[in-house]
Amino acid sequence: MLASILGSLPQVLIDGLALGAIYAVVALGYTMVYGILELINFAHGEVFMTGAFVGTATLFIFDDAGFLSSAPGWIVYFIVILISMIVTGLLGVLIERIAYRPLRRAPKLISLISAIGVSFVLQDLIRFIAELITGNYIVSGISLFNGSFQLGTSSLTSSFSDAFVKNNTFIILGVAILLMLGLDLFVNRTKWGVAMRAVAQDRETASLMSINVNKVIVLTFFIGSALGGATGVLFAQQYGTIDPYIGYILGLKAFTAAVLGGIGNIRGAMFGGLAIGLLEMFASANLGLITNGSFGSEYKDVFAFAILILVLIFKPEGLFGRAVKEKV
Amino acid sequence: MSLLEMKQVQAYYGGIHALKGITLSVEQGEIVSLIGSNGAGKSTTLKAVCGQVKTKGAITFDGKEIQAQPPHVTAQSGIAHVPEGRRIFPKLTVKENLEMGAFSVRDKKVIQERIERAFAHFPRLKERYRQQGGTMSGGEQQMLAIARAMMMKPRILLLDEPSMGLAPVMVDQIFEIIEELNREGTTILLVEQNAYQALQIAGRGYVIQTGEILMQGDAKMLLHSELVKEAYLA
Repeated sequence: MLASILGSLPQVLIDGLALGAIYAVVALGYTMVYGILELINFAHGEVFMTGAFVGTATLFIFDDAGFLSSAPGWIVYFIVILISMIVTGLLGVLIERIAYRPLRRAPKLISLISAIGVSFVLQDLIRFIAELITGNYIVSGISLFNGSFQLGTSSLTSSFSDAFVKNNTFIILGVAILLMLGLDLFVNRTKWGVAMRAVAQDRETASLMSINVNKVIVLTFFIGSALGGATGVLFAQQYGTIDPYIGYILGLKAFTAAVLGGIGNIRGAMFGGLAIGLLEMFASANLGLITNGSFGSEYKDVFAFAILILVLIFKPEGLFGRAVKEKV
Repeated sequence: MSLLEMKQVQAYYGGIHALKGITLSVEQGEIVSLIGSNGAGKSTTLKAVCGQVKTKGAITFDGKEIQAQPPHVTAQSGIAHVPEGRRIFPKLTVKENLEMGAFSVRDKKVIQERIERAFAHFPRLKERYRQQGGTMSGGEQQMLAIARAMMMKPRILLLDEPSMGLAPVMVDQIFEIIEELNREGTTILLVEQNAYQALQIAGRGYVIQTGEILMQGDAKMLLHSELVKEAYLA
């Protein structure tokens, strides 16, 4: 059994990292908005889903225009991600304006319910549009990089088998790392990034520093949602088929990642995403083996949510969060 | 024309009629102290100036009506507020805290010059430059809060209980710094429970009680008035 687990380890690691990278970038959207407004933006999973659809639709349009055969794949990929980020970024801003801002002084529970409402609206809206155009709400998109290759991990040690890796997996990892580095630089090195953290820590005082708090909130929604949208494109490219409900479970898992890392903590969300992705892949590959077939890989989701429960019970501030304490 | 003028300003704060018609003025270059006991409306008065509470009446700064402005616009027009309890950004470094103070300043050179000037006033902050604000002592945090407010080179500095919770030595130091900033040309409106020291450095003073101005005048006069002595200096 151990030999088999070890043998599949390279495959599990590379797939787990790719999945984890997706969780991590989506988790950033949850954690940023929570950091600023103490609001769990449950519509964020749907923003991710919308990003997947926008990306897929853009590819169809490019294909009709004959753009796909003339331009190199990576340029198309880049443009599609960019378009999807802009559209979902604006969508996030719109959601904030319509569903959250009017409720900012209301109890938190009310905004939470509003968030869940937005998520249903988005699911049905996308489903409606998809059915209207393609006749089906499950859409198979165009893959830009179809190839895959064999990673010679067996030559490292004899106990490893080779890993089969889609080309797109590397793109996911590369893009996710770029997005995370970019956000980290933005938040720590730029004036507006530092202002974002200042608003998260003390909104009232930030406004005394002539920081326009509403502008910072809008910026936060734009960036968080754009990150979600970019990930949607990566997801659609990796798995080929999308539907309006892909954001639900994925969103919950990304949320779990954010909680695991300490909600509100940006680096924590990155770590949480990778951890949950790896764990889920490991469970998916080995669960049947370890439990002698009584639990199959379909139980992999249990792990993410078991983690959520355990974290909430034993370390509610998350691995990197600090317990809330007020110093007077 | 006064730099800052409040006329018959009323405010409700948390369901309480916190200000019942405050009239006061601050002239260019003055230190004006606003003293009174806990809950008299001192902090609310400063919040009214900054646009943090809704008010009735008239508030003008440099002749311009500033009442309906959101706080960040008021700050841009040259009013810096060091809030009660210091309220530095605990997880930002000292450097980042200072940079936030100069948020409306675009020129990086100017920001750097002002940081240097802040270090001249508060050498302690230079030692703590890369440290998170929340890890410093109360006195250091108060220094940072004042330095941060000075980063925008305000025309008036509103100070809300800067001596609160500090050791006596530190309190003396903070009051010295306030005088120094004033000598360099910053107009100051100081809110204090520590009436004795606040009136000693001020030119004029106001005594506020349950949302109304009870007495006003020359600070030395207030310092020697029986009423102030009994109520606030005992």
